[in-house]
Amino acid sequence: MTQAIRLENVAKWYGTFQVLTDIDLTVAKGERVVICGPSGSGKSTMIRCINRLEEHQEGRITVMGTELTRDLKRIDLVRREVGMVFQQFNLFPHMSVLDNCTFAQMRARGRSRKEAEEVAMTHLARVRIADQARKFPAQLSGGQQQRVAIARALCMDPRVMLFDEPTSALDPEMIKEVLDAMTTLADEGMTMLVVTHEMGFARHCADRVVFMDAGRIVETAPPQDFFDAPATERAAKFLNQIVH
Amino acid sequence: MTSLSDPAYLVEPQARPAPPRLRPRLRDVFFGDLLAASLTVAMLGVILLALPPFLNWALIDAAWTVAEGQDCAQVGACWAFVAAKARLILFGLYPPSEHWRPMVVIAFFLLLTLASMPPRAWGRGLALAWTLGIAAILLLMRGGALGLSYVPTMHWGGLPVTLLLATLSLAFAFPLALALAVGRQSRLPVARYLSIGVIEIIRGTPLLSLLFVASILLPMFLPAGWSPDKLVRALVALTVFSTAYLAEVIRGGLQDIPPGQVEASRALGVSSIATLRHIVIPQALRKVIPPLTNTLIVMVKNTSLVFVVGLFDLLSSGRSALTDPAWPTPFVETYLFIGGLYFVICFSISLYARWLEGYLGRARIR
Repeated sequence: MTQAIRLENVAKWYGTFQVLTDIDLTVAKGERVVICGPSGSGKSTMIRCINRLEEHQEGRITVMGTELTRDLKRIDLVRREVGMVFQQFNLFPHMSVLDNCTFAQMRARGRSRKEAEEVAMTHLARVRIADQARKFPAQLSGGQQQRVAIARALCMDPRVMLFDEPTSALDPEMIKEVLDAMTTLADEGMTMLVVTHEMGFARHCADRVVFMDAGRIVETAPPQDFFDAPATERAAKFLNQIVH
Repeated sequence: MTSLSDPAYLVEPQARPAPPRLRPRLRDVFFGDLLAASLTVAMLGVILLALPPFLNWALIDAAWTVAEGQDCAQVGACWAFVAAKARLILFGLYPPSEHWRPMVVIAFFLLLTLASMPPRAWGRGLALAWTLGIAAILLLMRGGALGLSYVPTMHWGGLPVTLLLATLSLAFAFPLALALAVGRQSRLPVARYLSIGVIEIIRGTPLLSLLFVASILLPMFLPAGWSPDKLVRALVALTVFSTAYLAEVIRGGLQDIPPGQVEASRALGVSSIATLRHIVIPQALRKVIPPLTNTLIVMVKNTSLVFVVGLFDLLSSGRSALTDPAWPTPFVETYLFIGGLYFVICFSISLYARWLEGYLGRARIR
């Protein structure tokens, strides 16, 4: 099985408003997919369906061989495989950086504190922030906080990583350090779905770019083709707006 | 005019004025503007008018020691009465030969409270210490074992009763309030409406009527011959009442937690219960320390209402002390003494809460 994620005919409504329509997407293991599109196009909603932070109403979502249903065991199984990084970092402000990284390991994996701390330090070192382990999130810059958030997700040994606009809340000078950490991860062969407007990252790291508009996948193409010769008019218009 | 291109601006960097004084002068504090000045004058006026007569009454004309009660009937304060009745006020009808027992109880309360203050001490050990401590306190007050004479609860009184009621009612109310607050936020309609119903009914009822209901109706609901102690009945009423208020305070904190916190924890695979326990509730409680303190203080003072069901807390012990025919009835002195005791308790809570807020807030809250 080389398939990591498969979405088939997925649809979702908020009340009567349809946010996702007829989504079909297959992501292979080790593949890096960047999802872009105008705001409100359903990008975040789609990736939030993959770890069931949002519930889809029609279609099938299969993650690492487990189909997501109401069954809580399946949801747990999928969340074991999938790590997520949020736009607002969502670090736990009442815990130190180290505790942020060990909390879920101890609660959801049953690891001992000692073991969890060892794992945490490994991943904090990986995103080059191990020296801040004893600090609290509020004492760190946005870029540092987001790197901690990446380390925190990696501590759970995910096989898929979801990034929901990871650099959108950052000051410009901090974007690079976060993208560097993501690039390292991509180079190591992690399966990644990244919602982002960082077209440089998409060009260099993505295997495929998925363009969404109004709740639908409009275009899927390798980055070279997508940026140089978008196949649809909507994608061309969007690229025109974001590339000044 | 200076502008960025003006060379004068560039060549004279030393010409900057001295930085403003960080501490304002006293004169500015009290007479800085018209409002401050008039407030100062008004306050001085009140102090000059009220203070001398009060000091005359409280100190200069006061009777500190008297040979017998009636000697106290004069213009000044009768502190001799408070001194003579201090034990009655503090311990109520507790047998005087056994007064060492409530004294030890008060010392116990002080010790336990002091030990609970540093957040580092919070944990299972402390909960166990309180449970054992309260058990020891009840045993000591009640007696009937270990060679201690038996003292029925109707003879308990004064400060130990106030402390017991306040501590136990808040200790029982807190977990119940947490459950109600969480229930009120629940997505399950049954849990939500049940919580809302319970909170609103209790909040809409005066404490006095709850105390009456508990003392009259509670024995009727329970099996015959299973009549709970008066103290227990009052404790039930106080607990129920505190629960509703604490629940609403805690709910305010729960609502303040960004949904991203729960999402992050759930996405990491942590169960919803563990997320609530370790992510949501600790942050929510930190946010509501000031209103929580407020409720705590109100509840400590509310324990004084138990006199309506015939319990002798601090305040009602004081009132019963005033019924001695051998003495005049110095209400004001007695109430000042009791008020002072309440003030010490409540102000300590307030100071501790302020310190705790600073301690927990030091870098941890965004």
